[in-house]
Amino acid sequence: MEPVMQTVRYLDDQGHTCQELPLWAHEMEPLLECYRWMLLTRQFDQKAIALQRTGQLGTYPSSLGQEAIAVTLGLAMEPDDVLVPYYRDHGTQLIRGCGMKDILLYWGGDERGSAAGPQQDFPVCVPIATQCGHAVGAAKALQLQGRSQAVACTLGDGASSKGDFLEALNLAGLWQLPVVFVLNNNQWAISVSRQKQCAASALALKGMGAGVRSVQVDGNDVIAMFDELTQALEAARAGQGPTLIEAISYRLSDHTTADDASRYCPQEELQQAWKKEPVARLKRFLTSQGAWTEALEQKWLEHCQHTVNSAVQHYLEYSPQLPEAMFDHLYEDWPTVMEDQLQAFAERRQRRLGE
Amino acid sequence: MSVQDLTMVEAVNLALHRAMAADESVVCLGEDIGVNGGVFRATVGLQERFGEQRVMDTPLAETLIAGASIGMAASGLKPVMEIQFMGFIFPAFEQLITHAARMRNRTRGRMQCPLVVRAPFGGGIHAPEHHSESTEALLAHIPGIRVVIPSSPRRAYGLLLSAIDSPDPVVFLEPKRLYRVQKQPLADDGERLPLDSCFTLREGQDVTLITWGACVRETLLAADQLQERGIAAEVIDVATVSPLDMATLRQSVIKTGRCVIVHEACRSGGIGADIAAQLAEQAFDYLQAPIQRVTGFDTPMPYFRQEQWYLADADDICAAVKAVMDY
Repeated sequence: MEPVMQTVRYLDDQGHTCQELPLWAHEMEPLLECYRWMLLTRQFDQKAIALQRTGQLGTYPSSLGQEAIAVTLGLAMEPDDVLVPYYRDHGTQLIRGCGMKDILLYWGGDERGSAAGPQQDFPVCVPIATQCGHAVGAAKALQLQGRSQAVACTLGDGASSKGDFLEALNLAGLWQLPVVFVLNNNQWAISVSRQKQCAASALALKGMGAGVRSVQVDGNDVIAMFDELTQALEAARAGQGPTLIEAISYRLSDHTTADDASRYCPQEELQQAWKKEPVARLKRFLTSQGAWTEALEQKWLEHCQHTVNSAVQHYLEYSPQLPEAMFDHLYEDWPTVMEDQLQAFAERRQRRLGE
Repeated sequence: MSVQDLTMVEAVNLALHRAMAADESVVCLGEDIGVNGGVFRATVGLQERFGEQRVMDTPLAETLIAGASIGMAASGLKPVMEIQFMGFIFPAFEQLITHAARMRNRTRGRMQCPLVVRAPFGGGIHAPEHHSESTEALLAHIPGIRVVIPSSPRRAYGLLLSAIDSPDPVVFLEPKRLYRVQKQPLADDGERLPLDSCFTLREGQDVTLITWGACVRETLLAADQLQERGIAAEVIDVATVSPLDMATLRQSVIKTGRCVIVHEACRSGGIGADIAAQLAEQAFDYLQAPIQRVTGFDTPMPYFRQEQWYLADADDICAAVKAVMDY
């Protein structure tokens, strides 16, 4: 008989409380902070898509509808924790000090985008689930160095099908590593639906087979997400081992700007998903508590617009790297025995630019 | 300092002991490397001396070993990971190609990946299927990874210390046929040997024999036989097959005008092909005969009853030399 997992949630789809809130959520300020970051993330996301549609950005993966996961993770992490992201974590990246300009640089085809952010955070990881190995390695390094920090590793539901994830989970449980896996189950691995990926009733069940504390959380419920993430990160920092959090969300966007979800995503299902999305849900709750008003919303949206626009300006005006930058960081020092390649490049450059 | 007569696998072990004692950020991980000391005993004594935290027996998962090593390397450690046999390195390839080789480049120097991948490779020890391959060319094709292959106890010691020092990822392939075939006097003096550098093992005027790994042994044997026939062969151990020290190879071929390349791996798309192409580009006017290659064949490594037909011997090398001398 397969174990059944209860989904942790405090706010229902309408933003009403469905169980007693944790103590911290009796204060409105932490929730307002989440809400403001979610609005900013969504504004940034919309702008990034617009930039791609107008030829000013490369392929970009939207985080529409999944802002609660990224934002609560960013706010639950300590500055010296380690983020090992996948590629739909714009909200987390922003909170951790990776600039909008830098995120745009990365998706705009410039390596310097990944030079930004905290020194210890890993860069965006495109090959699916491969970051899970890095996360347990980084967590082992922390454990070995006797440091009380945590590693947070994000992944999608697609990644949960890969051996990399299962191998990393196994090691995390075995060595009781200070790592939290945040699995954004947005129901789609590009066009392959959740039902076509795995027979288990919850993806979080995979953690149990590895001896990892595992929970399924409503990923559109900011209170549930922040509460579970905080507990998991604190446990990791305290040497109490890893956690797998399956955050249930829905990808309201295409997979990336190169995708067309209307080819495979049932309209009815998408409409239902919009009724559960995290921003409106939290707004209803905050409004019901008298903590948020339309006036505050308008003021904040103007601020977001201004922030996004000035970042975009910065991105668009940012000087491109020199073409020879491709040789700058591959090796610590370009090997002397490969000088001929620099020579060949210099000749190409001269031929093309006449310099 | 005492000088001991050591085999290559003992030299590897000595270098690991020295590196771990000198720098506590050096850690070792892999399958059976701890309590068992490695299936070839290359890591013997390390766990007893440095503990289970620094000498880690991992679950049987090569993708994970590589991925976790990359995570450690980018977080301040210097992991030396072992893949038990090169035939089992393929699950780690994605990690090596998509991450180890480019972590510094993609972060524009913010992070780096000072990782050493040790793997025994090559045939000749009557091992089961998948335990005898030589796929160094697959790795050499990846920009950002150094591929280093020792061929003597002393070079194993000096090159492995340099590989562990290196801030760049290094794949260190140990020809297992040579693990116990020869002892060399070796002092644990910490002397490093340069990466990206060939070693001229024997000087000669008539023909350049270029090789690496276990084939160094047959090539030196062939050079002895050629000497008896009045042919002075220069023997160069490439040692670092990526990036290639073409200057040393070029100068030798300019001197001798003739070249035979010997490697155990299959022929097409091999490192021999790349060396031959570069010599044709750089020393065409000096060549007095077409460059010859003595290699394995473009087949899977035969199972061990027939593996000697795949492996080049001294006679095969002498025959190729005769062809370039008679041209």
